[in-house]
Amino acid sequence: MVEQSGVRVVRCGGNKINFRAPIITKDCRFLICGSGDSVKVFSTSTEECVHVLEGHTDQVTGVALNPANHLQVYSCSADGTVRLWDFIDGILIKTFIFGYPILSLYVSEKHAGVIFVIVAMENQNKGENFQLLALHLPKVPDQEVEAKDMFAVLCDISPNPGSTAFGQGGEYIASALGLRLNVYFFRKQKTYRFSLKATDKKGAKNAFTCVACHPKDDCIATGHEDGKIRLWRNFNQKKEYTYSTQHWHHNAVSSLCFTPEGMHLLSGGVESVLVQWHCEEVNKKDFLPRLGGAISHIAVSSDGQMYCTSHSDNKINIIHCSFKLSAVIQGLVKGNIWTDLVIDSRTKALVMNGRPGHLQFYSLQQDKQLYSLDIVQQEYIYEEGLDQFEVMKAVFDVRGNWLATVEERGRDSDLEFALKLWGFNESAQSLELNTTITAAHQDRITSMCFSPSTETTMLVTAAKDGQFKVWLLGTDSETQKEQASWSCDFVGSYHGLQPTNCCFSSDGSLLAVSFEEVVTVWSSDTWGLLTTLCQPPGPIRELCFGRLSCSKYLLATTPKNLLCWNLLTCSLEWSTPMDVHLLRSDPLSDIIAAFCLHSKSSNLFVFRPSEPRPLFTQKAVCEGKVQRCVFAPRAEPLDSCDERFQWLNRSRLYYLTEKMELLSFSTQTEDERILKSRKQLLVDDSVAVTPFYLLLGKHRRQQEEEDKLNFMTNKVSERTQHPQASVAVKELLHTPAHVLPAASFLCSMFVNSLLISNTESREEKQPSEKDEDSDKEEDDSEEEMETGDGQQEIRTQGSVEEAPPKLSKAEEKELRRVRKTDFSWVTSLSSS
Amino acid sequence: MGEFKVHRVRFFDYMPSAIRALAFQPQREKIAVARTSGSVEIFNCADRFFQEKIIPGREQAATEALAWVGDRLFSAGLNGVISEYDLENQKVKYTIDAFGGPIWTIASNQQGTHLAVGCEDGTVKLFEVCEGKIQFEKNLAKQKGRILSLSWHPSGSRIVAGMMDMIRVFNTETGQSVHRLLVERGIGASRSVECVVWGVVYLSDGTIISGDSSGKVKIWDDLTGTLIKSHQVTKWDVLALSVSQDETSVVAGTSEGTVVQFQFLSVVLGQEDKEWVQTRIFKNHTHDVRTVLELGTAVVSGGMDTQFVVRPLLDKIEERGPECVLRKIQFPHRSLVSCAKKAGLLLFQYPGHLELWRLGESDGHGASGSVLPVKRKPEKLLHLKIKGEEHICCSAVSPCGEWIAYSTVASFRLYRLHCDNNNVSITKVSKLPKVLSSANQICFSSDSSKLFAASTCSSVHVVSLSQTVHKFVCTLKPKSGSVQAVHLLAASEDGKWLASANSDREVQIYNLTKMKLHSTVPVYNSGVTAMAIHPTTNNLFMVHADQQVFEYSIEEKKYTDWSRQVQRNGLHYLWLARDTPVTNVTFNPKNPTHIILHDAYMFCIIDQTLPLPDSSSQFYNQLTLRSLPEKDRTKHSHAFKMCKTFKELMFVELMEDQSLVAVERPLVEIAAQLPAPVRQKKFAT
Repeated sequence: MVEQSGVRVVRCGGNKINFRAPIITKDCRFLICGSGDSVKVFSTSTEECVHVLEGHTDQVTGVALNPANHLQVYSCSADGTVRLWDFIDGILIKTFIFGYPILSLYVSEKHAGVIFVIVAMENQNKGENFQLLALHLPKVPDQEVEAKDMFAVLCDISPNPGSTAFGQGGEYIASALGLRLNVYFFRKQKTYRFSLKATDKKGAKNAFTCVACHPKDDCIATGHEDGKIRLWRNFNQKKEYTYSTQHWHHNAVSSLCFTPEGMHLLSGGVESVLVQWHCEEVNKKDFLPRLGGAISHIAVSSDGQMYCTSHSDNKINIIHCSFKLSAVIQGLVKGNIWTDLVIDSRTKALVMNGRPGHLQFYSLQQDKQLYSLDIVQQEYIYEEGLDQFEVMKAVFDVRGNWLATVEERGRDSDLEFALKLWGFNESAQSLELNTTITAAHQDRITSMCFSPSTETTMLVTAAKDGQFKVWLLGTDSETQKEQASWSCDFVGSYHGLQPTNCCFSSDGSLLAVSFEEVVTVWSSDTWGLLTTLCQPPGPIRELCFGRLSCSKYLLATTPKNLLCWNLLTCSLEWSTPMDVHLLRSDPLSDIIAAFCLHSKSSNLFVFRPSEPRPLFTQKAVCEGKVQRCVFAPRAEPLDSCDERFQWLNRSRLYYLTEKMELLSFSTQTEDERILKSRKQLLVDDSVAVTPFYLLLGKHRRQQEEEDKLNFMTNKVSERTQHPQASVAVKELLHTPAHVLPAASFLCSMFVNSLLISNTESREEKQPSEKDEDSDKEEDDSEEEMETGDGQQEIRTQGSVEEAPPKLSKAEEKELRRVRKTDFSWVTSLSSS
Repeated sequence: MGEFKVHRVRFFDYMPSAIRALAFQPQREKIAVARTSGSVEIFNCADRFFQEKIIPGREQAATEALAWVGDRLFSAGLNGVISEYDLENQKVKYTIDAFGGPIWTIASNQQGTHLAVGCEDGTVKLFEVCEGKIQFEKNLAKQKGRILSLSWHPSGSRIVAGMMDMIRVFNTETGQSVHRLLVERGIGASRSVECVVWGVVYLSDGTIISGDSSGKVKIWDDLTGTLIKSHQVTKWDVLALSVSQDETSVVAGTSEGTVVQFQFLSVVLGQEDKEWVQTRIFKNHTHDVRTVLELGTAVVSGGMDTQFVVRPLLDKIEERGPECVLRKIQFPHRSLVSCAKKAGLLLFQYPGHLELWRLGESDGHGASGSVLPVKRKPEKLLHLKIKGEEHICCSAVSPCGEWIAYSTVASFRLYRLHCDNNNVSITKVSKLPKVLSSANQICFSSDSSKLFAASTCSSVHVVSLSQTVHKFVCTLKPKSGSVQAVHLLAASEDGKWLASANSDREVQIYNLTKMKLHSTVPVYNSGVTAMAIHPTTNNLFMVHADQQVFEYSIEEKKYTDWSRQVQRNGLHYLWLARDTPVTNVTFNPKNPTHIILHDAYMFCIIDQTLPLPDSSSQFYNQLTLRSLPEKDRTKHSHAFKMCKTFKELMFVELMEDQSLVAVERPLVEIAAQLPAPVRQKKFAT
């Protein structure tokens, strides 16, 4: 376990699942979508992620079912490869290396062995140009094949995958760009072009946004910028083509999709209403409103039973064809983010802005949203330019019992804001609003923090009005006793300067508040000003106390320097000239991470406050400025021995880039561990993987292991054979009903399977006679068992907590004694 | 361009009446339009939809349907009679009562031998078309409920009738009903209301297409009498259907003001299987579309909003020309206003009465574009109601303002106006020469001493007027022997010349001193929409329906140099692309090189001294010119100076005192007088 390569930057959670249209498998059991560098397979019934197909090294840009085998899926990626997967087992079957970044992928049943990809055009100096290529997939048994046999089908097309679609039976392909629709007929090898005027007197905006083709008829549906849908027919004629226009959407149509039989056309746009048009009766349509964010893609299963819509708020809705919402797969919502990234210590979830007015709780381990907490508690109106309340700040206390939020509306002059405090209700297991303070300060709150001390529950807010206030959970008897509320305890200020940051020391005894260029340190017991620190001048950007062994240090950043004071001596311990714009301490260790921007990419420094030498540096972790970062505690610590990576052992550093990508670091140990756990998770394909199943599976595994143990100790179990283990029964239950033989024939087989064979019972008797021998063997077998335990531990490293409960030796002996008692009378009873 | 004091007249409350029926004559490419006032208009499709003829209506005419049989036009109405029109003389030839109560529909077969009418009493009556008359032949089996629509099978052996709640197919030989196709009623509240089949179309392959009041267009098979497909096109009624000649396209007009097109397309490209598919929707009307025509290259529709709309189907047109534009014809293509230049009087012609107004006065002077204070308000001097049922077909006021003449189909009347200060009185001139029984066009000479009345066979009667005796002078006749009526007359300022234009596109010039034909202008292949004789040069200036302008020197009997130069150069493409014809030509006596023209959307001064615009120059350049410095203006200016300051123009004339009269009739005011359209859900309301 020695790392050679070290740390790599990974996208490890919260990826976009709405980047490209998802697909539903033929049996409607799984939904497959690209998510970051991987392809995810979700169960449509339980919304759980069943498999993560990993292998691509860049953004996955398209998925498509293999038309030749509906249990396989193609995926393409910006890394220039097309991969073929078995999504049932999560196995990579083949990799086709193409070499250029692929933007989208199309398949057609008519064109066997060919896939169609959109790539950026070469040798084009001005602007970006894209073309559709037909790529012949070589039939070679190798795992990795280079696909070089290709020809261009259409040039100068839209990079948007929704603007290109295959027509009826794969006879033609329709592609729209700007105001032009191109239809290419494969048989005639001829392209027909139809263009629209950009606008007319009525103010229509005719630019194409998406294209769909009728699966049975020769009819192309196109969506337009102004919300119109046009149905084109007779498009193999240069002049006598014709189209009909439908208009419901008030803004651009973003996606169109026909159902497999062509009975309906589905459309969606920014209104987040799924519209179902009836192709037979043009004026009839059904609506499914309030689906969430703007609809970006629509997909339909091949039997037409299930629709799915992906939304701009990183969500996939699975909709039954009766127009009922059946499942929601919610990813990390990455809209406007104002709050810091916060970790809720109860759920270990990442908390940040989610839907407008909400905070989302996102589990990074499971990579799914746990829940969304409505902070603003006001109806959000989807309208441009409307100023509505938004959550600007959110802070948790150390134990996760309290959450403080600040919501704001309006600009500087007509600013409205409210401070809300949420308490965790043990019985309801949820956060409940405890106190709303509407006029906590005169002006905008710039910073707030909870006291980490366990005795008091205390919140400090610093605002632009030049004051910082200390809020205490009220214990005064005047208000109702059962519902303690928050009230102001102390108001502090310093020479009328504006406080910018506040921070508690790790034991909660000291509060540091930065007033522009001055850092003041206050005692939290007496609220007396202890000292002021202001050596190298410069406005303080960030303020941070050291933790654990370094708790005597206070760190601050200015635009020029990173400063570290020793609070025992009240003197500057060290300072380095560094433009650090983000400083974050690990709550579980004494290390601190600092991000600084250098030549348009961010660098990371990890250091201990006690020494100005960085423990770890990583250059160019991302392009642009790092927006937010957080240390998230690991579920189980790593045991990396390399000194450089020890800081990653207990928590994991997540950071958010300018492109709203959530990135993290991964060491090789971790990668290996994940690989191992993946292999363990391979399951029987007859059952969808649910938490319940995993629980059950664990039990079963435990049982199996117990059985194994028993064999090791040469103890044959006295239990009757489990009927489920019987091959006959399994066959009976797993064979489709229509291929089963007659019930009369099966009956005897089934009854036979329930009976215990004589030979077995005879064997059973033998061990009972050998009781004394086994007693002697007990000691060695115990040793063996211990080693077995060890093996088991390695095997189940992925879940240390849930490892089978270890029994004390006395208990074990007791157990064994019970097992050894003769239960043969049961068999004699049953045989008689 | 010059500055004018402008009388902006908005008190002409011209109100067109709704279009009820359209019929297409494919050989001569003419469309007959029936309006609810009973008038019938003939538009020439080949000549940019120029309105060639107007047959004035009459009270309680209530024309419901039109049918062409060859060149003969028939109409039927709720008054229960069938009329045939005399298109040459623009009047009803004869009427014949069908004796079946109100008639809802009339249809002719393709062979041109029979007419079928659908009556209120449930009978379909067949008439045989004979030379000069029609003869009742038989009744088809009588049904309960009125017959609202009829369509012949192209073979003529069958006829389909749309009725209340059902469609029936008749065998025309036996007169028996072959099929009875039931039409279901609308859902909801309209379930108790009978479903009216407003339109049927019988195709040669045996397909019947129907449009009904539940808003459906249904496609039936006449072999089995079964419904093939039903298209719900509107929540309201489908009021009209029309099929193209090649039977590949059907259009349906609805109450929502939309025209929905259905096309016979193969569902899978390259295969024979074809299906009627709803394709385009044209929305050019605000109110009910009562009637539609599918011409193959265009869809023509008309309805309650009084507009005659031509929507070209660009996919069927081989080459794009200036013809392929959307036309909305609001106003008649001839002037309803006449003006006494010297007296400052305006005569407005309404269907049932005449109004005489005196223009207001103002002595203020203001900057260009400013509104002058009105010293004396315009005043309505006269409201002259006509006697009898017939509507006015033409009227005129003499330049001195002393005489008013009007004519209906049946009578001709001349009035003398006495105007002393504020007392206005008229006396009817009783003893008129007998020849003046009716006129198609009336014109006074510039000194008001002569009256010219256009009559049958392109003849013009000349009557000299004086205080006491009105003497018939002579009848001027062309040599061509044309039987068409004259629709334009123009007299010269010096009283020497008279020009007449008829529907055969002939322009005759008569010498009034010798009282005989002087010359004939070479026939051009487009109708004359406006003409006038220049007061100083005596050149005849003509504008045609295809926007061509000609100047013809009467004395020299040839086109002038300027006119030839225009023909050599060609007119600017934007001028040729204008979609309304020029309806009036007038001259500026102060500036003889200026010719003032106007159509419905602009008026224009042609300056003959300036160079003609070539295709590269900016045509509508008034604003650009204004922004240029004085020196550069002459370099950039060209002969056509357009003014679009005014709203929809009905009349423009230059008065004696150099003030310009512009009679506007804004379309919003017409729209405001229309009944409310059917309620439609509008987005965000």
